[in-house]
Amino acid sequence: MPYTADKPPLPETPEQLRARIPGWGADLDPADRPSYPREVQGLETGAHWDLPEQQEERQPRERSIEHARLTPAFGTSVPLKGLSGVVRSYAYRRFSEGRAAHWLLLIAADRVDAVESHLTSFTTRRPDNPVTETGVLAEASHHPVRSRAGRVDPRHQVLDPVIVVGPWVLAAVVVYRSVRAMVRRART
Amino acid sequence: MRAMVYRGPYKIRVEEKDVPRIEHSNDAIVRVTTAAICGSDLHLYHGLMPDTRVGSTFGHEFVGVVHEIGPSVRSLSVGDRVMVPFNIYCGTCFFCARGLYSNCHNVNPNATAVGGIYGYSHTTGGYDGAQAEYVRVPFADVGPAIVPDWMDEEDAVLCTDALATGYFGAQLADITEGDVVVVFGAGPVGLFAARSAWLMGAGRVIVVDHLDERLEMARTFAYAETVNFTQHKDVVVEMKRMTGWLGADRVIDAVGAEADGNLLQHVTSAKLKLQGGSPIALNWAIDSARKGGTVSVMGAYGPIFSAVKFGDAMNKGLTLRMNQAPVKRQWPRLFEHMRSGYLKPNDIVTHRIPLEHIAEGYHIFSAKLDGCIKPLVVPDAS
Repeated sequence: MPYTADKPPLPETPEQLRARIPGWGADLDPADRPSYPREVQGLETGAHWDLPEQQEERQPRERSIEHARLTPAFGTSVPLKGLSGVVRSYAYRRFSEGRAAHWLLLIAADRVDAVESHLTSFTTRRPDNPVTETGVLAEASHHPVRSRAGRVDPRHQVLDPVIVVGPWVLAAVVVYRSVRAMVRRART
Repeated sequence: MRAMVYRGPYKIRVEEKDVPRIEHSNDAIVRVTTAAICGSDLHLYHGLMPDTRVGSTFGHEFVGVVHEIGPSVRSLSVGDRVMVPFNIYCGTCFFCARGLYSNCHNVNPNATAVGGIYGYSHTTGGYDGAQAEYVRVPFADVGPAIVPDWMDEEDAVLCTDALATGYFGAQLADITEGDVVVVFGAGPVGLFAARSAWLMGAGRVIVVDHLDERLEMARTFAYAETVNFTQHKDVVVEMKRMTGWLGADRVIDAVGAEADGNLLQHVTSAKLKLQGGSPIALNWAIDSARKGGTVSVMGAYGPIFSAVKFGDAMNKGLTLRMNQAPVKRQWPRLFEHMRSGYLKPNDIVTHRIPLEHIAEGYHIFSAKLDGCIKPLVVPDAS
Protein backbone atom coordinates (compact mmCIF):
# COMPACT_ATOMS: atom_id res chain seq x y z
CA MET A 1 0.00 0.00 0.00
CA PRO A 2 1.30 3.48 -0.83
CA TYR A 3 2.49 5.73 2.00
CA THR A 4 0.54 8.99 1.64
CA ALA A 5 -0.16 12.03 3.82
CA ASP A 6 -3.64 10.77 4.64
CA LYS A 7 -4.56 9.06 7.87
CA PRO A 8 -5.95 5.58 7.22
CA PRO A 9 -9.78 5.69 7.37
CA LEU A 10 -11.42 4.74 10.66
CA PRO A 11 -13.95 1.91 10.70
CA GLU A 12 -16.66 4.00 12.38
CA THR A 13 -17.77 7.64 12.27
CA PRO A 14 -18.04 9.74 15.45
CA GLU A 15 -21.84 9.47 15.18
CA GLN A 16 -21.66 5.69 15.07
CA LEU A 17 -19.28 5.62 18.03
CA ARG A 18 -21.48 8.00 20.04
CA ALA A 19 -24.46 5.74 19.42
CA ARG A 20 -22.60 2.57 20.35
CA ILE A 21 -20.43 3.58 23.34
CA PRO A 22 -21.85 5.23 26.49
CA GLY A 23 -20.14 8.56 27.07
CA TRP A 24 -18.14 8.62 23.83
CA GLY A 25 -16.64 12.09 23.54
CA ALA A 26 -17.72 13.27 27.01
CA ASP A 27 -14.16 14.55 27.49
CA LEU A 28 -13.63 15.41 23.84
CA ASP A 29 -12.50 18.99 24.42
CA PRO A 30 -8.87 18.92 25.62
CA ALA A 31 -9.47 22.33 27.24
CA ASP A 32 -12.20 20.81 29.42
CA ARG A 33 -10.18 18.13 31.15
CA PRO A 34 -9.85 19.49 34.68
CA SER A 35 -7.58 16.73 35.91
CA TYR A 36 -5.29 16.78 32.86
CA PRO A 37 -1.80 15.84 34.11
CA ARG A 38 0.15 19.06 34.43
CA GLU A 39 1.47 21.20 37.23
CA VAL A 40 -1.32 23.38 38.60
CA GLN A 41 -1.04 25.75 41.55
CA GLY A 42 -3.78 26.90 43.89
CA LEU A 43 -5.62 23.59 44.25
CA GLU A 44 -7.55 23.19 47.51
CA THR A 45 -6.03 20.18 49.27
CA GLY A 46 -7.61 20.39 52.71
CA ALA A 47 -4.25 21.05 54.37
CA HIS A 48 -4.41 23.71 57.10
CA TRP A 49 -0.67 24.08 57.64
CA ASP A 50 2.26 25.50 55.74
CA LEU A 51 4.65 22.95 57.15
CA PRO A 52 3.23 19.72 58.52
CA GLU A 53 3.90 18.92 62.13
CA GLN A 54 6.76 16.43 62.67
CA GLN A 55 5.80 12.86 63.60
CA GLU A 56 7.63 11.66 66.71
CA GLU A 57 10.66 9.46 65.94
CA ARG A 58 10.21 6.79 68.60
CA GLN A 59 13.26 4.90 67.36
CA PRO A 60 15.98 5.81 64.86
CA ARG A 61 14.38 5.79 61.41
CA GLU A 62 16.43 5.01 58.30
CA ARG A 63 16.13 7.43 55.41
CA SER A 64 17.46 8.10 51.94
CA ILE A 65 20.56 10.28 51.90
CA GLU A 66 18.88 12.20 49.09
CA HIS A 67 16.56 13.67 51.74
CA ALA A 68 17.74 16.64 53.79
CA ARG A 69 15.72 15.52 56.81
CA LEU A 70 13.39 12.90 58.17
CA THR A 71 10.05 13.55 56.52
CA PRO A 72 7.23 14.96 58.71
CA ALA A 73 5.28 11.71 58.39
CA PHE A 74 6.61 8.20 57.88
CA GLY A 75 5.54 4.61 58.19
CA THR A 76 6.23 2.55 61.28
CA SER A 77 5.36 -0.81 59.83
CA VAL A 78 8.39 -3.05 60.46
CA PRO A 79 11.49 -1.52 62.11
CA LEU A 80 14.95 -2.75 61.11
CA LYS A 81 16.03 -5.93 62.83
CA GLY A 82 18.55 -8.75 62.55
CA LEU A 83 21.13 -9.22 59.81
CA SER A 84 18.69 -7.94 57.18
CA GLY A 85 18.37 -4.76 59.25
CA VAL A 86 22.15 -4.33 59.22
CA VAL A 87 22.25 -4.69 55.42
CA ARG A 88 19.30 -2.35 54.93
CA SER A 89 20.76 0.23 57.28
CA TYR A 90 24.06 0.12 55.36
CA ALA A 91 22.26 0.47 52.01
CA TYR A 92 20.42 3.59 53.23
CA ARG A 93 23.44 5.11 55.00
CA ARG A 94 26.04 4.52 52.31
CA PHE A 95 24.37 4.70 48.88
CA SER A 96 21.99 7.18 47.25
CA GLU A 97 18.98 6.01 45.26
CA GLY A 98 21.01 6.77 42.16
CA ARG A 99 23.36 3.87 42.88
CA ALA A 100 22.47 0.33 41.84
CA ALA A 101 24.20 -0.90 45.00
CA HIS A 102 21.48 0.76 47.09
CA TRP A 103 18.69 -1.21 45.49
CA LEU A 104 20.58 -4.46 45.03
CA LEU A 105 21.53 -4.47 48.72
CA LEU A 106 17.91 -3.86 49.67
CA ILE A 107 16.80 -6.77 47.50
CA ALA A 108 19.52 -8.97 49.01
CA ALA A 109 18.36 -7.90 52.47
CA ASP A 110 14.81 -8.95 51.54
CA ARG A 111 16.07 -12.49 50.86
CA VAL A 112 18.04 -12.50 54.14
CA ASP A 113 14.92 -11.24 55.93
CA ALA A 114 12.85 -14.13 54.55
CA VAL A 115 15.40 -16.72 55.70
CA GLU A 116 15.77 -15.10 59.12
CA SER A 117 12.03 -14.90 59.56
CA HIS A 118 11.43 -18.49 58.49
CA LEU A 119 14.05 -19.72 60.94
CA THR A 120 12.70 -17.52 63.73
CA SER A 121 9.19 -18.82 63.08
CA PHE A 122 10.36 -22.32 64.05
CA THR A 123 10.96 -21.04 67.57
CA THR A 124 7.35 -19.88 67.84
CA ARG A 125 4.06 -21.71 68.19
CA ARG A 126 3.20 -20.80 64.59
CA PRO A 127 6.03 -21.89 62.26
CA ASP A 128 5.87 -20.90 58.61
CA ASN A 129 3.88 -23.33 56.51
CA PRO A 130 4.73 -23.04 52.80
CA VAL A 131 1.64 -25.04 51.83
CA THR A 132 -0.97 -22.82 53.48
CA GLU A 133 0.98 -19.57 53.04
CA THR A 134 1.36 -19.95 49.27
CA GLY A 135 -2.37 -20.49 48.90
CA VAL A 136 -1.59 -23.34 46.55
CA LEU A 137 -4.46 -25.39 48.02
CA ALA A 138 -6.81 -23.12 46.07
CA GLU A 139 -5.63 -24.79 42.87
CA ALA A 140 -7.90 -27.81 43.31
CA SER A 141 -11.14 -25.83 43.41
CA HIS A 142 -10.31 -23.16 40.82
CA HIS A 143 -9.91 -24.94 37.47
CA PRO A 144 -6.11 -25.23 37.37
CA VAL A 145 -5.94 -26.82 33.91
CA ARG A 146 -8.71 -24.98 32.09
CA SER A 147 -7.54 -21.64 33.54
CA ARG A 148 -4.09 -22.08 32.00
CA ALA A 149 -5.15 -23.13 28.52
CA GLY A 150 -3.80 -20.95 25.69
CA ARG A 151 -1.61 -18.77 27.92
CA VAL A 152 2.10 -18.03 27.66
CA ASP A 153 2.88 -17.86 31.37
CA PRO A 154 2.51 -21.53 32.37
CA ARG A 155 5.92 -22.22 30.79
CA HIS A 156 7.60 -20.11 33.47
CA GLN A 157 5.08 -20.79 36.25
CA VAL A 158 6.94 -24.08 36.69
CA LEU A 159 9.73 -21.93 38.15
CA ASP A 160 7.48 -20.67 40.96
CA PRO A 161 7.67 -23.86 43.05
CA VAL A 162 11.45 -23.83 42.56
CA ILE A 163 11.62 -20.27 43.88
CA VAL A 164 9.39 -21.09 46.84
CA VAL A 165 10.63 -24.56 47.75
CA GLY A 166 14.22 -24.24 46.46
CA PRO A 167 15.60 -22.27 49.42
CA TRP A 168 13.98 -24.75 51.84
CA VAL A 169 15.59 -27.69 50.04
CA LEU A 170 18.91 -25.85 49.94
CA ALA A 171 18.69 -25.07 53.65
CA ALA A 172 17.85 -28.70 54.42
CA VAL A 173 20.88 -29.88 52.44
CA VAL A 174 23.16 -27.41 54.21
CA VAL A 175 21.84 -28.43 57.65
CA TYR A 176 22.14 -32.13 56.80
CA ARG A 177 25.71 -31.76 55.55
CA SER A 178 26.72 -29.62 58.52
CA VAL A 179 25.29 -32.08 61.01
CA ARG A 180 26.90 -35.01 59.17
CA ALA A 181 30.27 -33.24 59.18
CA MET A 182 29.97 -32.50 62.91
CA VAL A 183 29.04 -36.10 63.67
CA ARG A 184 32.00 -37.37 61.63
CA ARG A 185 34.36 -34.97 63.39
CA ALA A 186 33.02 -36.08 66.77
CA ARG A 187 33.59 -39.73 65.89
CA THR A 188 37.20 -39.20 64.78
CA MET B 1 -6.88 -7.10 64.81
CA ARG B 2 -6.61 -9.57 61.91
CA ALA B 3 -4.26 -8.55 59.12
CA MET B 4 -2.64 -9.99 56.04
CA VAL B 5 1.09 -10.39 56.70
CA TYR B 6 3.89 -10.94 54.16
CA ARG B 7 6.13 -13.91 55.02
CA GLY B 8 8.53 -13.83 52.03
CA PRO B 9 8.12 -14.27 48.25
CA TYR B 10 4.86 -16.05 47.35
CA LYS B 11 3.96 -16.50 51.03
CA ILE B 12 1.44 -14.60 53.11
CA ARG B 13 -0.81 -15.41 56.04
CA VAL B 14 -3.32 -13.76 58.36
CA GLU B 15 -2.06 -12.85 61.83
CA GLU B 16 -3.12 -10.94 64.91
CA LYS B 17 -1.53 -7.47 64.92
CA ASP B 18 -1.99 -4.45 67.15
CA VAL B 19 -4.63 -1.99 65.98
CA PRO B 20 -2.62 0.94 64.56
CA ARG B 21 -2.34 4.00 66.74
CA ILE B 22 -2.32 7.73 66.06
CA GLU B 23 1.33 8.55 65.23
CA HIS B 24 0.83 12.10 63.96
CA SER B 25 -1.71 14.74 64.95
CA ASN B 26 -3.39 14.58 61.52
CA ASP B 27 -3.71 10.79 61.43
CA ALA B 28 -6.96 8.89 61.37
CA ILE B 29 -7.48 5.21 62.07
CA VAL B 30 -9.93 3.69 59.61
CA ARG B 31 -11.82 0.42 60.06
CA VAL B 32 -11.60 -1.21 56.65
CA THR B 33 -14.89 -2.39 55.19
CA THR B 34 -13.68 -3.37 51.71
CA ALA B 35 -10.17 -3.52 50.26
CA ALA B 36 -8.81 -4.80 46.97
CA ILE B 37 -5.80 -6.69 45.73
CA CYS B 38 -4.09 -4.69 43.00
CA GLY B 39 -1.99 -6.14 40.21
CA SER B 40 0.90 -4.13 41.62
CA ASP B 41 0.50 -5.96 44.96
CA LEU B 42 1.69 -9.00 43.05
CA HIS B 43 5.07 -7.30 42.53
CA LEU B 44 5.42 -7.22 46.32
CA TYR B 45 4.06 -10.74 46.69
CA HIS B 46 6.61 -12.03 44.20
CA GLY B 47 9.46 -10.25 46.00
CA LEU B 48 10.20 -7.76 43.21
CA MET B 49 9.98 -4.50 45.17
CA PRO B 50 13.12 -3.63 47.17
CA ASP B 51 12.72 -3.34 50.95
CA THR B 52 9.55 -5.37 51.27
CA ARG B 53 9.85 -6.53 54.85
CA VAL B 54 8.52 -9.74 56.34
CA GLY B 55 5.72 -8.75 58.69
CA SER B 56 4.36 -5.92 56.59
CA THR B 57 0.72 -5.69 55.49
CA PHE B 58 -0.18 -4.89 51.88
CA GLY B 59 -3.20 -3.11 50.46
CA HIS B 60 -3.59 0.39 49.00
CA GLU B 61 -7.15 0.30 47.64
CA PHE B 62 -9.76 0.57 50.36
CA VAL B 63 -12.84 2.15 51.86
CA GLY B 64 -13.83 2.09 55.48
CA VAL B 65 -15.27 3.88 58.48
CA VAL B 66 -13.34 6.40 60.58
CA HIS B 67 -12.58 4.74 63.92
CA GLU B 68 -10.35 7.35 65.58
CA ILE B 69 -8.94 10.77 64.65
CA GLY B 70 -5.87 12.72 65.70
CA PRO B 71 -6.20 16.07 67.53
CA SER B 72 -5.67 18.27 64.43
CA VAL B 73 -8.13 16.48 62.13
CA ARG B 74 -10.94 18.87 61.11
CA SER B 75 -12.68 17.40 58.10
CA LEU B 76 -13.53 13.92 59.36
CA SER B 77 -15.44 12.57 62.35
CA VAL B 78 -15.60 9.15 63.92
CA GLY B 79 -18.17 7.10 62.01
CA ASP B 80 -17.66 8.80 58.62
CA ARG B 81 -17.58 6.41 55.67
CA VAL B 82 -14.46 7.27 53.68
CA MET B 83 -12.69 6.35 50.48
CA VAL B 84 -8.93 6.79 50.60
CA PRO B 85 -6.65 7.41 47.59
CA PHE B 86 -3.67 5.09 47.42
CA ASN B 87 -1.39 8.14 47.58
CA ILE B 88 -0.28 9.40 51.00
CA TYR B 89 0.45 13.12 50.69
CA CYS B 90 0.81 16.22 52.82
CA GLY B 91 -0.95 18.78 50.60
CA THR B 92 1.61 21.58 51.00
CA CYS B 93 5.09 20.54 49.86
CA PHE B 94 6.60 21.84 46.57
CA PHE B 95 5.06 18.93 44.65
CA CYS B 96 1.64 18.82 46.34
CA ALA B 97 1.37 22.59 45.82
CA ARG B 98 1.58 21.89 42.08
CA GLY B 99 -0.96 19.07 42.07
CA LEU B 100 1.62 16.29 41.97
CA TYR B 101 0.03 14.46 44.90
CA SER B 102 1.63 11.16 44.00
CA ASN B 103 5.07 12.74 44.26
CA CYS B 104 4.76 14.23 47.77
CA HIS B 105 8.14 15.01 49.37
CA ASN B 106 6.95 14.92 52.99
CA VAL B 107 5.75 11.36 53.52
CA ASN B 108 8.46 8.97 52.38
CA PRO B 109 11.82 9.11 54.14
CA ASN B 110 13.05 5.98 52.38
CA ALA B 111 13.11 7.37 48.85
CA THR B 112 12.81 10.62 46.95
CA ALA B 113 12.06 8.80 43.69
CA VAL B 114 8.57 7.82 44.77
CA GLY B 115 5.90 9.26 47.05
CA GLY B 116 4.03 7.55 49.87
CA ILE B 117 1.74 4.57 49.25
CA TYR B 118 -0.20 2.43 51.71
CA GLY B 119 1.13 -1.09 52.15
CA TYR B 120 3.68 -0.92 49.41
CA SER B 121 7.07 -1.67 51.01
CA HIS B 122 9.46 0.66 52.76
CA THR B 123 10.51 1.98 49.37
CA THR B 124 7.22 3.91 49.43
CA GLY B 125 7.45 4.93 53.07
CA GLY B 126 6.96 1.84 55.22
CA TYR B 127 3.25 2.28 55.87
CA ASP B 128 1.10 -0.74 56.63
CA GLY B 129 -1.72 -1.34 54.18
CA ALA B 130 -5.42 -2.01 54.31
CA GLN B 131 -5.75 -5.75 53.78
CA ALA B 132 -6.52 -5.75 57.47
CA GLU B 133 -9.28 -4.76 59.83
CA TYR B 134 -7.79 -1.34 60.59
CA VAL B 135 -5.31 0.98 58.89
CA ARG B 136 -3.53 4.19 59.82
CA VAL B 137 -4.37 7.05 57.41
CA PRO B 138 -1.85 9.92 57.60
CA PHE B 139 -2.90 13.48 56.68
CA ALA B 140 -6.55 12.63 57.13
CA ASP B 141 -7.62 16.16 56.18
CA VAL B 142 -5.94 15.80 52.78
CA GLY B 143 -6.29 12.31 51.30
CA PRO B 144 -9.60 10.70 52.30
CA ALA B 145 -13.03 11.86 51.17
CA ILE B 146 -16.44 10.96 52.48
CA VAL B 147 -18.08 8.43 50.15
CA PRO B 148 -21.03 10.10 48.39
CA ASP B 149 -24.40 8.64 49.38
CA TRP B 150 -25.14 7.56 45.82
CA MET B 151 -21.90 5.60 45.44
CA ASP B 152 -21.72 1.85 45.80
CA GLU B 153 -19.08 0.45 48.19
CA GLU B 154 -17.31 -1.55 45.47
CA ASP B 155 -17.36 1.35 43.02
CA ALA B 156 -15.77 3.50 45.72
CA VAL B 157 -12.96 0.99 46.25
CA LEU B 158 -12.18 0.97 42.55
CA CYS B 159 -12.02 4.77 42.53
CA THR B 160 -9.14 4.68 45.03
CA ASP B 161 -6.71 3.35 42.42
CA ALA B 162 -7.67 1.22 39.41
CA LEU B 163 -10.30 3.48 37.83
CA ALA B 164 -8.44 6.69 38.63
CA THR B 165 -5.19 5.23 37.30
CA GLY B 166 -6.78 4.02 34.08
CA TYR B 167 -8.45 7.38 33.46
CA PHE B 168 -5.22 9.19 34.30
CA GLY B 169 -3.35 6.93 31.87
CA ALA B 170 -5.73 7.83 29.06
CA GLN B 171 -5.28 11.53 29.88
CA LEU B 172 -1.50 11.15 29.85
CA ALA B 173 -1.78 9.75 26.34
CA ASP B 174 -3.14 13.10 25.08
CA ILE B 175 -5.95 11.43 23.14
CA THR B 176 -7.76 13.62 20.64
CA GLU B 177 -10.75 12.93 18.39
CA GLY B 178 -10.19 10.07 15.98
CA ASP B 179 -6.95 8.79 17.52
CA VAL B 180 -6.10 5.12 17.23
CA VAL B 181 -5.33 3.94 20.77
CA VAL B 182 -3.63 0.66 21.66
CA VAL B 183 -3.72 -0.55 25.26
CA PHE B 184 -1.31 -3.28 26.30
CA GLY B 185 -2.81 -5.25 29.19
CA ALA B 186 -6.47 -6.06 29.86
CA GLY B 187 -6.23 -6.03 33.64
CA PRO B 188 -8.31 -3.54 35.63
CA VAL B 189 -6.16 -0.51 34.76
CA GLY B 190 -6.00 -1.44 31.08
CA LEU B 191 -9.77 -1.98 30.93
CA PHE B 192 -10.44 1.38 32.57
CA ALA B 193 -7.87 3.11 30.34
CA ALA B 194 -9.51 1.62 27.24
CA ARG B 195 -12.96 2.70 28.40
CA SER B 196 -11.62 6.18 29.23
CA ALA B 197 -10.05 6.52 25.78
CA TRP B 198 -13.55 6.53 24.28
CA LEU B 199 -14.59 9.34 26.65
CA MET B 200 -11.77 11.40 25.15
CA GLY B 201 -12.95 10.76 21.60
CA ALA B 202 -10.76 7.89 20.41
CA GLY B 203 -11.63 6.67 16.94
CA ARG B 204 -10.46 3.15 17.57
CA VAL B 205 -9.34 1.27 20.71
CA ILE B 206 -7.38 -1.98 20.49
CA VAL B 207 -6.56 -4.01 23.63
CA VAL B 208 -3.75 -6.60 23.65
CA ASP B 209 -3.41 -9.45 26.15
CA HIS B 210 -3.12 -13.23 26.21
CA LEU B 211 -5.85 -14.13 28.69
CA ASP B 212 -9.12 -14.93 26.93
CA GLU B 213 -11.42 -13.92 29.78
CA ARG B 214 -9.73 -10.52 30.00
CA LEU B 215 -9.97 -9.99 26.26
CA GLU B 216 -13.65 -10.88 26.48
CA MET B 217 -14.02 -8.22 29.21
CA ALA B 218 -12.18 -5.75 26.95
CA ARG B 219 -14.77 -6.39 24.25
CA THR B 220 -17.85 -6.24 26.48
CA PHE B 221 -16.87 -3.71 29.16
CA ALA B 222 -14.47 -1.51 27.19
CA TYR B 223 -16.05 -1.87 23.71
CA ALA B 224 -12.57 -2.51 22.30
CA GLU B 225 -11.15 -4.56 19.47
CA THR B 226 -8.89 -7.21 20.93
CA VAL B 227 -5.70 -8.99 19.97
CA ASN B 228 -4.41 -12.14 21.65
CA PHE B 229 -0.66 -11.80 21.19
CA THR B 230 -0.12 -15.55 21.45
CA GLN B 231 -1.95 -15.91 18.14
CA HIS B 232 0.53 -13.76 16.27
CA LYS B 233 4.15 -14.47 15.50
CA ASP B 234 5.05 -10.83 16.17
CA VAL B 235 2.53 -8.58 17.89
CA VAL B 236 4.31 -5.40 16.78
CA VAL B 237 3.89 -6.37 13.12
CA GLU B 238 0.22 -7.11 13.83
CA MET B 239 -0.20 -3.64 15.37
CA LYS B 240 1.39 -2.10 12.28
CA ARG B 241 -0.84 -4.14 10.00
CA MET B 242 -3.96 -3.08 11.94
CA THR B 243 -3.02 0.60 11.78
CA GLY B 244 -2.33 0.92 8.07
CA TRP B 245 1.40 0.25 8.69
CA LEU B 246 1.83 3.58 10.47
CA GLY B 247 1.51 2.51 14.09
CA ALA B 248 -0.94 3.73 16.72
CA ASP B 249 -1.29 7.41 17.59
CA ARG B 250 -1.40 6.70 21.32
CA VAL B 251 -0.25 3.61 23.19
CA ILE B 252 -0.81 2.82 26.86
CA ASP B 253 1.33 0.34 28.82
CA ALA B 254 -1.01 -1.05 31.46
CA VAL B 255 1.08 -4.12 32.23
CA GLY B 256 4.27 -3.19 34.05
CA ALA B 257 6.90 -5.19 35.83
CA GLU B 258 5.70 -8.74 35.25
CA ALA B 259 4.90 -8.61 31.56
CA ASP B 260 4.85 -11.85 29.64
CA GLY B 261 5.64 -12.57 26.02
CA ASN B 262 9.42 -12.85 26.15
CA LEU B 263 10.77 -15.63 28.34
CA LEU B 264 14.23 -14.12 28.84
CA GLN B 265 12.89 -10.70 29.86
CA HIS B 266 10.29 -12.22 32.17
CA VAL B 267 12.62 -14.64 33.90
CA THR B 268 15.45 -12.13 34.39
CA SER B 269 13.05 -9.67 36.01
CA ALA B 270 10.07 -11.35 37.62
CA LYS B 271 11.90 -14.51 38.67
CA LEU B 272 15.58 -13.59 39.09
CA LYS B 273 14.96 -9.92 40.10
CA LEU B 274 17.83 -8.72 37.89
CA GLN B 275 15.71 -5.95 36.35
CA GLY B 276 13.35 -3.42 37.90
CA GLY B 277 10.66 -4.97 35.78
CA SER B 278 10.09 -6.89 32.60
CA PRO B 279 9.74 -4.17 29.94
CA ILE B 280 8.14 -6.38 27.30
CA ALA B 281 4.89 -4.42 27.11
CA LEU B 282 6.73 -1.11 27.26
CA ASN B 283 8.99 -2.12 24.39
CA TRP B 284 6.00 -3.35 22.39
CA ALA B 285 4.32 0.01 23.12
CA ILE B 286 7.36 1.93 21.87
CA ASP B 287 7.55 -0.16 18.72
CA SER B 288 3.78 -0.11 18.08
CA ALA B 289 3.41 3.66 18.34
CA ARG B 290 3.58 5.73 15.21
CA LYS B 291 6.42 8.20 14.78
CA GLY B 292 5.60 11.35 16.72
CA GLY B 293 3.07 9.43 18.81
CA THR B 294 2.63 9.20 22.56
CA VAL B 295 3.30 6.35 24.96
CA SER B 296 1.60 6.54 28.36
CA VAL B 297 3.13 4.31 31.00
CA MET B 298 0.72 3.14 33.71
CA GLY B 299 2.45 -0.16 34.38
CA ALA B 300 4.42 -0.15 37.64
CA TYR B 301 8.14 -0.84 37.54
CA GLY B 302 10.70 -1.19 40.32
CA PRO B 303 13.46 1.32 40.93
CA ILE B 304 16.35 -0.56 39.38
CA PHE B 305 17.25 -0.61 35.69
CA SER B 306 15.16 -2.29 33.00
CA ALA B 307 16.15 -3.08 29.41
CA VAL B 308 13.95 -0.47 27.72
CA LYS B 309 14.36 0.41 24.03
CA PHE B 310 14.98 4.11 24.44
CA GLY B 311 16.78 4.28 21.09
CA ASP B 312 13.58 3.46 19.24
CA ALA B 313 11.64 5.95 21.36
CA MET B 314 14.15 8.69 20.57
CA ASN B 315 14.45 7.95 16.87
CA LYS B 316 10.67 7.84 16.45
CA GLY B 317 10.21 11.17 18.21
CA LEU B 318 7.86 9.67 20.76
CA THR B 319 6.52 11.48 23.77
CA LEU B 320 6.74 9.26 26.83
CA ARG B 321 4.49 10.31 29.70
CA MET B 322 4.14 8.55 33.03
CA ASN B 323 3.50 8.94 36.74
CA GLN B 324 1.66 7.34 39.60
CA ALA B 325 -1.85 8.75 39.38
CA PRO B 326 -2.71 11.64 41.70
CA VAL B 327 -5.98 9.93 42.50
CA LYS B 328 -7.99 12.65 44.18
CA ARG B 329 -7.52 15.05 41.25
CA GLN B 330 -9.32 12.53 39.03
CA TRP B 331 -12.37 12.16 41.23
CA PRO B 332 -14.64 15.13 40.41
CA ARG B 333 -14.83 14.35 36.68
CA LEU B 334 -14.90 10.60 37.26
CA PHE B 335 -17.81 11.01 39.68
CA GLU B 336 -19.67 12.98 36.96
CA HIS B 337 -19.09 10.14 34.50
CA MET B 338 -20.29 7.55 37.03
CA ARG B 339 -23.44 9.54 37.79
CA SER B 340 -24.07 9.94 34.07
CA GLY B 341 -23.92 6.18 33.70
CA TYR B 342 -20.82 6.22 31.50
CA LEU B 343 -18.74 4.19 33.97
CA LYS B 344 -19.74 1.36 36.31
CA PRO B 345 -16.43 0.35 37.87
CA ASN B 346 -17.47 -2.78 39.73
CA ASP B 347 -18.49 -4.49 36.49
CA ILE B 348 -14.92 -5.82 36.41
CA VAL B 349 -14.94 -7.35 39.92
CA THR B 350 -14.71 -11.12 39.62
CA HIS B 351 -13.84 -12.37 43.12
CA ARG B 352 -14.75 -11.36 46.66
CA ILE B 353 -12.44 -12.96 49.23
CA PRO B 354 -12.75 -13.04 53.03
CA LEU B 355 -9.60 -11.72 54.69
CA GLU B 356 -9.05 -15.09 56.38
CA HIS B 357 -8.66 -16.69 52.92
CA ILE B 358 -6.36 -14.07 51.47
CA ALA B 359 -3.45 -16.48 50.87
CA GLU B 360 -5.66 -18.42 48.48
CA GLY B 361 -6.87 -15.13 47.00
CA TYR B 362 -3.34 -14.02 46.18
CA HIS B 363 -2.57 -17.36 44.59
CA ILE B 364 -5.74 -17.30 42.46
CA PHE B 365 -4.96 -13.74 41.32
CA SER B 366 -1.27 -14.38 40.77
CA ALA B 367 -1.82 -17.60 38.81
CA LYS B 368 -4.83 -16.02 37.02
CA LEU B 369 -7.02 -18.97 37.95
CA ASP B 370 -10.74 -19.06 37.47
CA GLY B 371 -10.89 -15.98 35.25
CA CYS B 372 -9.73 -13.73 38.07
CA ILE B 373 -9.55 -10.10 36.96
CA LYS B 374 -10.22 -8.03 40.08
CA PRO B 375 -10.42 -9.54 43.58
CA LEU B 376 -11.81 -7.63 46.54
CA VAL B 377 -11.01 -8.42 50.17
CA VAL B 378 -13.63 -8.25 52.89
CA PRO B 379 -12.36 -8.14 56.49
CA ASP B 380 -14.53 -10.06 58.90
CA ALA B 381 -14.93 -7.09 61.24
CA SER B 382 -16.87 -5.18 58.59
